[in-house]
Amino acid sequence: MSASIRLKSLTRDFDVSKPWLNRVIERLPRATLRAVDDVSLEIPENSVYALVGESGSGKSTIGRIVAGLVPASSGVVEVNGIDIVSTGAEQAAEARRNLQMIFQDPYASLNPRWKVRDIIAEPVAIRGVATDGLAERLLEQVGLSAADAGKFPHEFSGGQRQRICIARALASHPRIIICDEPTSALDVSVQSQVLNLMSDLREEMGLTYLFISHDLTVVQHMADRIGVLYLGALVEEAPRDRLFAEPKHPYTQMLFAAAPRMDAFGREVEPPKGEIPDAINPPPGCHYHPRCPLATDLCRSVVPETRRIGATRVRCHHAE
Amino acid sequence: MQDRPTETLPPSEPSRLARAWDSDLAWSFRHTPVAMVSAAVVVILVLSAVFAPLIAPHDPFDPGSLNLMNGFTPPGRPNAFTQDMFLLGTDDQGRDVLSTILYGMRISLFVGFSAVLLALVIGVILGLLAGYLGGWVEALIMRVADIQLTFPAILVAMLIFGVAKGITPPAYRDQMAIWVLILAIGLSDWVQFARVVRGATLVEKRRDYVQAARLIGRKPFSIMLRHILPNVLNPVLVIATISLALAIIAEATLSFLGVGAPPTKPSLGTLIRIGQGFMFSGEWWILLFPALTLLALALSINLLGDWLRDALNPRLR
Repeated sequence: MSASIRLKSLTRDFDVSKPWLNRVIERLPRATLRAVDDVSLEIPENSVYALVGESGSGKSTIGRIVAGLVPASSGVVEVNGIDIVSTGAEQAAEARRNLQMIFQDPYASLNPRWKVRDIIAEPVAIRGVATDGLAERLLEQVGLSAADAGKFPHEFSGGQRQRICIARALASHPRIIICDEPTSALDVSVQSQVLNLMSDLREEMGLTYLFISHDLTVVQHMADRIGVLYLGALVEEAPRDRLFAEPKHPYTQMLFAAAPRMDAFGREVEPPKGEIPDAINPPPGCHYHPRCPLATDLCRSVVPETRRIGATRVRCHHAE
Repeated sequence: MQDRPTETLPPSEPSRLARAWDSDLAWSFRHTPVAMVSAAVVVILVLSAVFAPLIAPHDPFDPGSLNLMNGFTPPGRPNAFTQDMFLLGTDDQGRDVLSTILYGMRISLFVGFSAVLLALVIGVILGLLAGYLGGWVEALIMRVADIQLTFPAILVAMLIFGVAKGITPPAYRDQMAIWVLILAIGLSDWVQFARVVRGATLVEKRRDYVQAARLIGRKPFSIMLRHILPNVLNPVLVIATISLALAIIAEATLSFLGVGAPPTKPSLGTLIRIGQGFMFSGEWWILLFPALTLLALALSINLLGDWLRDALNPRLR
């Protein structure tokens, strides 16, 4: 099985400096924010890889870099074996032909002035291919009716809109779909419908998903392999069952402890300690040490390397 | 895939007219008396200007039909010498004031519409480019706009008017005056279109439907035209309406100052300038009726623009 997506030491810095005039007057240095910090991962074909983490952990940025919407600062992003960072624009566009994306906010991801038919057919129409009946067929495939093609997006609910987004993503027969929190804006009852639809479509069409989410129950339902991000760095990565059975990194353990659970109602939970630190001035050593119960002097001074323990990759001095 | 028989009937879509009648905008219109009254005034004035040759009792620009004896006839009373009646009276040369107003309004409206159209096209294009491309393109366009804003629009228009007049041969000056007016007012008015469109573009370009279009490889100009432009048109429509009133007033101001429409092709502003010469000698109607027409036109267009702004702004609903 070959890898659909392969990231090697992917890094992305954002310039968050104040305007040059302020810097001169207030004598401030340039400031950068490392949104993605040396992330390496592989997503095999026909599998679901989930990225989880708190807000600001860089998971959406990784998705957008893979989609080519945000450039990488350094590193390698291979889509179907082609590095989209170093090749020319045309080859990168060619590599992304079979890559699509589903966005978080179904209210912002459909052009309100376009009819559903045109929205769904756009990825195909832009290549100059005839699109007769395409939108109607896809609408039925995602559980809407062909008659909806003549309507405008405002005539649909959030869940229906997300189905339209899925139909658009499928129109160009992609092999990879990046799902950026596709259900976090939806009601819980609608969430499961949309997730089941996505699972079914994946099996039918042999798709690969890069699934970005902060919702652990959703991830447990969907993913084959899970990567946990903290401050832009991958702190732990493991097959789903492995990760849920035996989380190695203290951050992962804290996430699991904090997540609400249906099967343990009324349990006492230690609330997560502290906040994500300032990404512009991250703490030295392991970025997690201010919140970590296991932190030692080693953690406060030395950045941990990624280590392999069984099927798990973990970035912690103390994990075993 | 294509050989499957397509039996799906085209979904029944209500006609454009029915959808327009059902729209929120039409509902708001039907429930705002001010909007309906001002729309009616605008429609009546515009129609009477367009059909001026048919409804005007006289042709004020045909010297053969003028009788100097008819000069200074008061409104609604027969002339002392010729017994001719004029609804709104006549000016010093015996021209029917009603007819000159109808013809003058044609010129005022034509200049107003054309100038706003020019300003709109320039402003929307530059605003889209500045908002979507950002960087030095944005800096350049918006600094030029800022600099132009530091001068009063009428001053900019007078400057352009003066330069254009200087480079046109004297023989064509009267003919060119209207076009020069349009150019001057249009170029002095693009800034607010550009600023509003840039602002709206900055909001729209961050939305995910634009990201989705980028993802499939749509080119920037295509995204601006097909995706962003339709979504920034609401504020443009509002500004265009209010700009139309301002452009008509700007044209009247320039003509009043004597640098606009020539007396051979008088606009409302020219008529007011002619009329104010007789204000203190008792022939008030020569000034009053063109001025009232200008007031009614500008005021109702403005009220319409105000209503449109409220009706199209989702935050005020």
